[in-house]
Amino acid sequence: MTHVQAIVVGGGPAGLAAALRLREKGIEDILILERETLAGGILRQCIHDGFGLTRFGESLSGPEYAQRFIDRVAQEGIRCVADTTVLDISSDKTVTAVSRKRGLMQFQADAVLLTMGCRERTRGALAVPGTRPSGIYTAGVAQNYINLQNIMVGRETVIMGSGDIGLIMARRLTLEGAHVKGVYEVLPYPSGLPRNIEQCLNDYGIPLYLSHTVTEIRGRERLESVVVAQCDERFEPIAGTEEEIPCDTLILSVGLIPENELSLAAGVALDARTRGAFVDEHCQTNVPGVFAAGNVLHVHDLVDFVSLEAEQMAESAAEYLNAGSLPACCLEVKAGADIGHVIPQRISGTRDFTLSLRVRKPMRNVTLVLAQKDRTVKRVRLRKALPAEMIQLTVRKADLCEDADLEVYVE
Amino acid sequence: MRDYDVLVIGGGVVGSAVARELTRYRLKIGVLERESDVCTQTSGRNTGMLHAGFLYKPGTLKAKCAVEGNGEFDRVAKELDVPFRRTGKLIVGFTEEHRRRLLAMIERGRENGVPGMELIDRARMDEIDPSAGGNFAVFCPTSGILDPFLYTIALAENAVHNGADYHLYTNVTGAARLDDGRIVLNTNRGEFSARWVVNSAGLNSAVISEMLGIPGYRIQPIKGEYFVLDKKAGVFAKIPVYPAPTERNTFDTHATPTVDGNVLVGPNSFPVEDGEDYSVSRSGMNGLQESGAKMFRHMKREYYIRTFAGARPKRVDPQTGEIQDFLIERRDEVPGVINLVGIESPGLTSALPIARRAVRLIEEKERLIPNDAFDPVRRGIRRFHEASVSEKRQLVAENPDYGEIICRCETVTRAEILAAIHNPLGVTTVNGIKVRTRASMGRCQGGYCEMRITAMIREELGKAAEDVRLTNGRSFMFTGAVKGGEQA
Repeated sequence: MTHVQAIVVGGGPAGLAAALRLREKGIEDILILERETLAGGILRQCIHDGFGLTRFGESLSGPEYAQRFIDRVAQEGIRCVADTTVLDISSDKTVTAVSRKRGLMQFQADAVLLTMGCRERTRGALAVPGTRPSGIYTAGVAQNYINLQNIMVGRETVIMGSGDIGLIMARRLTLEGAHVKGVYEVLPYPSGLPRNIEQCLNDYGIPLYLSHTVTEIRGRERLESVVVAQCDERFEPIAGTEEEIPCDTLILSVGLIPENELSLAAGVALDARTRGAFVDEHCQTNVPGVFAAGNVLHVHDLVDFVSLEAEQMAESAAEYLNAGSLPACCLEVKAGADIGHVIPQRISGTRDFTLSLRVRKPMRNVTLVLAQKDRTVKRVRLRKALPAEMIQLTVRKADLCEDADLEVYVE
Repeated sequence: MRDYDVLVIGGGVVGSAVARELTRYRLKIGVLERESDVCTQTSGRNTGMLHAGFLYKPGTLKAKCAVEGNGEFDRVAKELDVPFRRTGKLIVGFTEEHRRRLLAMIERGRENGVPGMELIDRARMDEIDPSAGGNFAVFCPTSGILDPFLYTIALAENAVHNGADYHLYTNVTGAARLDDGRIVLNTNRGEFSARWVVNSAGLNSAVISEMLGIPGYRIQPIKGEYFVLDKKAGVFAKIPVYPAPTERNTFDTHATPTVDGNVLVGPNSFPVEDGEDYSVSRSGMNGLQESGAKMFRHMKREYYIRTFAGARPKRVDPQTGEIQDFLIERRDEVPGVINLVGIESPGLTSALPIARRAVRLIEEKERLIPNDAFDPVRRGIRRFHEASVSEKRQLVAENPDYGEIICRCETVTRAEILAAIHNPLGVTTVNGIKVRTRASMGRCQGGYCEMRITAMIREELGKAAEDVRLTNGRSFMFTGAVKGGEQA
């Protein structure tokens, strides 16, 4: 068994940023384990631009954004072992991994940084009725085939769900000569970012149908058609509104799920709302020395924020490695009215921290309130608040007291 | 024309068991399978139960074959390397009416020769499986669970290993008789002839029977829909849990752990016109959510990973519609035909007993010479996931392909995918790889591995992207290259 100070599980945007910040904070012995041949994570297949506006002040493609981190990791001489899949992480931070070159490896880590990203929700998880023909792809899988393997998945396309990758793929498929017949979103508002609705749908004349969903899949071999219907406020199809749409391809963009199988193996407790770990303001999970950031913690809207969060995690991990422990976080952060989730779920009350959250529904001209007991910690006026957009704010220790939970709600 | 001693129509679990049992003799055997693989229809669309045999009317073939098949399955599973666990089964009741039916069921089981059935109370149930619903139950110790895909594949592979030929994508469209009595089968892939033809065509067994000269049977497909639940739910499911039988002596929705650690919830049960319509319905799913929760306390939306449907080809009386027993027959007026009609549940359990009876019917008419080279043993693909840490180390050291994880959820390696791509039956579909390795059967449903598997199929078999198939027929996955691009 090899001893390593810090193991970073996954060399995507979160893992790369975390490793770099660890090094900046003086951690020498860092190992990134990456299952793909090349680092960069999902950004490798995101060939569209729009990445890095916040962080670098310019619009980059996914591979360009990733490359900036990959180059620096190489310059810093940080070890990144590719083609290596982590099989298990135990609660005592033993990491078991395998690769064809190196065989089965076991490491004993002082700190484990979980940066595995997320996966796509599938048709099976939604139990969409109908047959099971070929021609049904999640948006990310279609993106991989088209952008990395140069192969087309189909011609006449319907998109279910208005998640960002689905919107991106609506444009991508159109540019490749496929016909995108429409995007059907069960919610009364889009799941994806406004800029993607504009640039990927409106600019190409692709219709978006809100409060609509696919109610049946037809075709025994290749997909032949889908039935779509309008939905009521409980997301149930409204009888009589069904319409059959001939198509050979159905792209699903119906949500992302943090990929926490390894976290569970390590004994990390998960939040049912984010489906990521419960973390404190140090991005530390309930397992001491195990940290999480990026999409494995909660699904982000922009990669810029993934990098940022991972860097904050790395600072805490470095502090943990140098000091042996981190200040206790005994105060709970509670998601109140109209708040979907909050990160972190626990704080110390003695330090500044970044609060990330999503609202439950689209709202205009509302006030976001942070309160401890009856005391207002912070009030933020929001001109608009969309579930598609993550909201982040810095909370100052000067505004916090040390003896009451923090409640976050929309007034 | 390709000539055989015996042609088997339908390579499902029964057809493959027949082919395998026939290879014990010096015979030239061909199996004609319409689909892309041997387990795409009824054989692969069921609960994967090894039935004990307590449900069926005493004296029927269903009762006899199930009890016989159940009794020998430890040996069969070992011989053919099929994942199998003798879990036992709980048949649970809530009401006094249920208690009455359960007691009658124990009695019937005793008559059929099913050992060890007993009525147990809630306390005993909690010891066996606290997640089971119900106030009391019958515990049947001999029931078990098996992998229905791999059992069918194992029988077929063992048949091939012992000399049988499998012809996939071969649909029998007609039959004729030569002057010497041999039967000619017309197919989409040319003519085949044989001295004996075994009809094990499942849902189409009545149609094939008529083609072969025995009209008058009727198959009523009874469809059932299922949920597949995540292995995270599987940790709660220790044993198959069935409800007390209905008035019609059938079972409603049950919850069954699979050998791999998932849970199947289903099936519902309703007659359909078209047995090969495997769509699942919204109403069916809604019903299963409710009835499934009664059997399994962890029936939750977050555990759904897939739905599927299958159909049981029940033979019914053409006049009354009454459900009938398995039919295993040879008629003197239609020589050379062995007819297996209406083989439904418990067909998986009964496959080998049925096959032996079919062989006996041939043996009654001609002397069969034992095949001294017959080898009953078949080895499956070694699974990395099931190996210990030290075994894993060894596997990768010996074969680096074991060091490359292709399916993340089920931890399936490149070595296993390669073995599946080069399977003995010549199956080339993505689904064929799936049922042989479990790749893409996990919670991400191929989100990570499908693109790797399709690339491997193309590379290993030299296929263009547009020639890759998901499963049967025209289930193509790609339409070609991107604009001005070359397929990577």
